Amino acid sequence: MSYFIFTIFDIVLVLSMVWIAWHLLGTEDIFKAVVLFISFGLLMALAWVRMRAPDVALAEAALGAGLTGPLFLSALRRMNRTRKGERRLDSDETR
Amino acid sequence: MSRTGKDHKQLDGFQRMLLLLVICMVMLLGYIIWSTPGNKPVLTDAVAQMQEQSGVESPVTAVLLNFRGYDTLLEVMVLLLAVIGTWSLTEAFFPEQVSEISPVQMGVVRLLAPVMCLVAAYLVWQGSHLAGGAFQGGAIFGAAGVLMLVTELPGLRTIPVPPLRLGLVLGPLLFTGIALFCLFITGDLLGYPEGAGGWLILLIETGCAVSIGLTLASLFAGGRPDNEFQGKNSPVSRTVSGDRS
Repeated sequence: MSYFIFTIFDIVLVLSMVWIAWHLLGTEDIFKAVVLFISFGLLMALAWVRMRAPDVALAEAALGAGLTGPLFLSALRRMNRTRKGERRLDSDETR
Repeated sequence: MSRTGKDHKQLDGFQRMLLLLVICMVMLLGYIIWSTPGNKPVLTDAVAQMQEQSGVESPVTAVLLNFRGYDTLLEVMVLLLAVIGTWSLTEAFFPEQVSEISPVQMGVVRLLAPVMCLVAAYLVWQGSHLAGGAFQGGAIFGAAGVLMLVTELPGLRTIPVPPLRLGLVLGPLLFTGIALFCLFITGDLLGYPEGAGGWLILLIETGCAVSIGLTLASLFAGGRPDNEFQGKNSPVSRTVSGDRS
């Protein structure tokens, strides 16, 4: 079971994943949280590759990072539109 | 940091109990992970023994669509339910004022969308012997749809609804149909007849990939298509400024 042999890469990967997850949960800016979530998904896909699960890695990269992120972003846009009106929407879109 | 410090001071009894629970959970998980025998394949051997009968070469696909096909059938149903839920809530949002799509964006979509569809088809095909399959292929297919939705191609708005609905239920219908077919032929739900497993799985995967892709793209669109109402006088106010893209 070679995934117990931690290489330097694995350690860096795990540390950055924990760091991203911490900031993801801690941040007050939802937009920032979504962006961090997408990067977390990409790193998670890398982690699955390291654990020799290419099937899960493919699904994670495509679903976790590629689709859930945009889904969150569009939900965020809808939320802002219904809650704060159009002015907030514009400022969000230029961001 | 100062905020966390403030929160720490305000920790009441309930939060402390939660913290204790979380710590217990982490310790339990850690214990389970460390005490799991790492190098003992439990089900790997069983799958490897039955691999010949499954009709596919990839063990993951064999488990997903043959040995545990019922689970996958239910997963596909859940996705269909998600779309039904979204469609019943609201209708898809398209900005009233169609802005000019920038040539660069248009070029990217023209280049990427067909390639993504090709990659999706390849992943479905590859699923029978390597990593890949209906969910991965469908996700790429759905991402192509999301790309086109983000670009706000004017054609998407007038997309005919009946084919879209047919595409959404294609996978679940095909899967259920084949499952029932197998029930009549072999007496087992999803017990594929001898030798026919390979192409039945490929058929199911192709249908499911189409459905999953359309499902994900529909979820991103966030509602039912509104051209039943000809795109006019929708209850949602559409006063988005025209300078998007």
